[in-house]
Amino acid sequence: MSYSGRTKSQINVGDYLIFLVLLALVVFFSLFIESFRSSVNLINILRQVSIVGIAAVGGTLVMLTGGIDLSAGAVIGISGMILARLLKAYPGHTVLWVVLVLVVCLLIGVVNAFFINELKIPPLIVTLGAMTSLRGGVYLTAERGLPVFGFQFKDIGQGVIWGVPVPVIIMALVFILGGIFLRYTRPGRYIYGVGGNEEASRLSGVNVKLIRYLVYSLAGVMSGLAGLVLLSRIHSAQPRAGSGYEMDIITAVVLGGVSITGGEGRISTVVTGVLIMGVLTNGLILINVNEYWQQVIKGLVLIAAVGFDRYIQYRRALASQRE
Amino acid sequence: MEDTVLELKEVSKVYPGVRAMDKVSLAFRRGEIHAIVGENGAGKSTLIKTLTGAITPSSGTIVYDGKEYASLDPATALNLGINAIYQDFNLVPYLTVSENIFYGREIMRGIFIDFSAMRRLTLEQCRQMDMDIDPDARIKDLGVAQQQMVEIMKSVSRNSRVLIMDEPTAPLTNTEINSLFQVVRTLRDKGVTVIYISHRLEEIFEICDRVSVLRDGQYIVTRDTKNTDRKELIGFMVGRELGTDYPRSRGQMGGVVLSVRGLVTDVVKQVSFDLHRGEILGLGGLVGAGRTETARAIFGADPLRSGDIQVNGKPLSVKSPRDAIAGGIGLITEDRKTQGLILGMRIDANISYTVLDRFSTAGFLQEGGIDRLCRRLQDEMLIKTPSLAHKVQTLSGGNQQKVVLAKWLARDCDIIIFDEPTRGIDVGAKREIYVLMQILAEKGKGIIMISSEMPELIGMSDRILVMCEGRITGELGREEFSQDRILTYASQRRKRTA
Repeated sequence: MSYSGRTKSQINVGDYLIFLVLLALVVFFSLFIESFRSSVNLINILRQVSIVGIAAVGGTLVMLTGGIDLSAGAVIGISGMILARLLKAYPGHTVLWVVLVLVVCLLIGVVNAFFINELKIPPLIVTLGAMTSLRGGVYLTAERGLPVFGFQFKDIGQGVIWGVPVPVIIMALVFILGGIFLRYTRPGRYIYGVGGNEEASRLSGVNVKLIRYLVYSLAGVMSGLAGLVLLSRIHSAQPRAGSGYEMDIITAVVLGGVSITGGEGRISTVVTGVLIMGVLTNGLILINVNEYWQQVIKGLVLIAAVGFDRYIQYRRALASQRE
Repeated sequence: MEDTVLELKEVSKVYPGVRAMDKVSLAFRRGEIHAIVGENGAGKSTLIKTLTGAITPSSGTIVYDGKEYASLDPATALNLGINAIYQDFNLVPYLTVSENIFYGREIMRGIFIDFSAMRRLTLEQCRQMDMDIDPDARIKDLGVAQQQMVEIMKSVSRNSRVLIMDEPTAPLTNTEINSLFQVVRTLRDKGVTVIYISHRLEEIFEICDRVSVLRDGQYIVTRDTKNTDRKELIGFMVGRELGTDYPRSRGQMGGVVLSVRGLVTDVVKQVSFDLHRGEILGLGGLVGAGRTETARAIFGADPLRSGDIQVNGKPLSVKSPRDAIAGGIGLITEDRKTQGLILGMRIDANISYTVLDRFSTAGFLQEGGIDRLCRRLQDEMLIKTPSLAHKVQTLSGGNQQKVVLAKWLARDCDIIIFDEPTRGIDVGAKREIYVLMQILAEKGKGIIMISSEMPELIGMSDRILVMCEGRITGELGREEFSQDRILTYASQRRKRTA
């Protein structure tokens, strides 16, 4: 048995599986749809998943602690709306306003964590409430779409560097930073610990509340960032922007192997989860599957993938059951 | 033998790389209480699982009532009358006692459940077994002992003929253990075969008729309990003779390291004591006497209403475990699975969990240092695992407990509180933990040990404080130690308090 640490047959099989699902989808669509396998389309897929992808990193942090963030979609919506209003009222201070909006999103996360920590309300309830009221707030701000002024901002969503769209670069950066954070830092380790066993963590001297403030505020910031990318891409703030994204995010994170009860999962496989969602959507659109059928299929894929993973784990548990 | 009800013949269970059971042949008689003992990893669980049909043996046969089976499955085992009561019960908390007893085979009248018939039968059974349980009580409102009784009634009402009990006394107080034994004896007299798994050897001599020893997956010996003793059994279990049970070679005690005055919480009432360097201070008393709560209060795990804590002469304000840890206090909790370990995390990550602050620069973990620390502790603690990268949940109970200890050794605390440090672990690992406590005391650490095992408490402590109903009711110096005295103080209810 090797001592070098990272060889864990236990986890690898799971990673492998979800990657195989992605590969199978790509092969399948490539065989049947000519337009799918063009490099333009592949880059397009990456661009399409970038918004959910950026927010999914925040979702991963939250779900690793055993929580959930249903407010992500609403935060995506409200960040775009606030920025659009600010740019309209006070054009020219783009950078300042972007920072301000991200701070607001961070505070939304802090408020979420406050209710979870101090009033012991389950995360599902808190973020469900936040989702509903924030969405209401977006509609109050503007019932109809709001075009964006200030052209330097356009690049975030529409720019291309060396052939790679800027949103994809942002997503990649967020994933890399998220991965490093989780794997190599102290708070990252505590995030796993809190999700794995909150009481044991508290009794080991971990500031569990602080960890929760951290993950929900980071999730807020990342959803906010995703909202800004979305705004820049469609160049107009829509009141419905981001609605339903929270479910896509959760789906991608769960597909990526993050345990719904927390404590287990990795960023690298969440990337795969995000890509599966993207490839599936793109492929189904290209073969003209109607939108409702797309939803049916995505739902089934989620259950099938997680179910298969559980089945493999169950088999493995049976095989290795000893004393 | 003609009154044999259940027999294993050369049963083996082989997993890749492990022979969990190796040609075990063992016969159980009608109407006996038969203990199975052995260290963790000896094959007890595999044996139970074979009998309940949870696993399929690789070879061998199971003979039940003269019929041979290559393997059982859970449904068959139940139908044959083989029942097991595990440490964590299989009861539905929000249903009543009678609903639980008939769960899955409710008595029906037409399409409706006949609750009154179920209640009547439950009451009748209570009477027969001399139990005092309200059939309409909800399980969640019952204590552990009563829940266990419900489990027993459940299997009795299934006409169970073989009842397997896995560490049944672990959660019980002494009085509760007595009534459990009463019930178990009643069952035996009715012809039920009880297979009794326990780490507490004293108990086995009290309740069991015969005892079989397993070691490393092999059947070693079966004895009548009358014709053997503790020492011989331990010898069979570990395969070598152990000297004295408790290591003792104590240096002298130092000054006061921890001083507690007037500690009050919801459960603890005015607890005051001093702990010296190099001292092992035993906390005795019945379950529920407030010992664990005292430990949790000192550690900041439960809110303190009033009271002062001084460490090394300096006042320490503990509002959370973080404060206590910063003050040099460590707590090894009584339940390692729910409070001590992060089961899904790697062994090394668990060991280093309390010291990440010392092994990080600007938030980034120093992997090299952590790795060296974990390997050193693995060697010191003799944690048996092929790799520290495995998850903690793959380890046996004794090794898991060593990981918990390693966590606090890593922290190098001045004061370590051990709450039931050897519960549910095998004899060999117990001894290793005793030796370790000894070494820590010799190094000048102050140790508080909460234990419900009388011999352990008496064998390890330098001084014993006995608690009852949240207060300290007695203090015993080493020369005064006796089970009688401790029990007297432990049951000293509030009538003559100072």
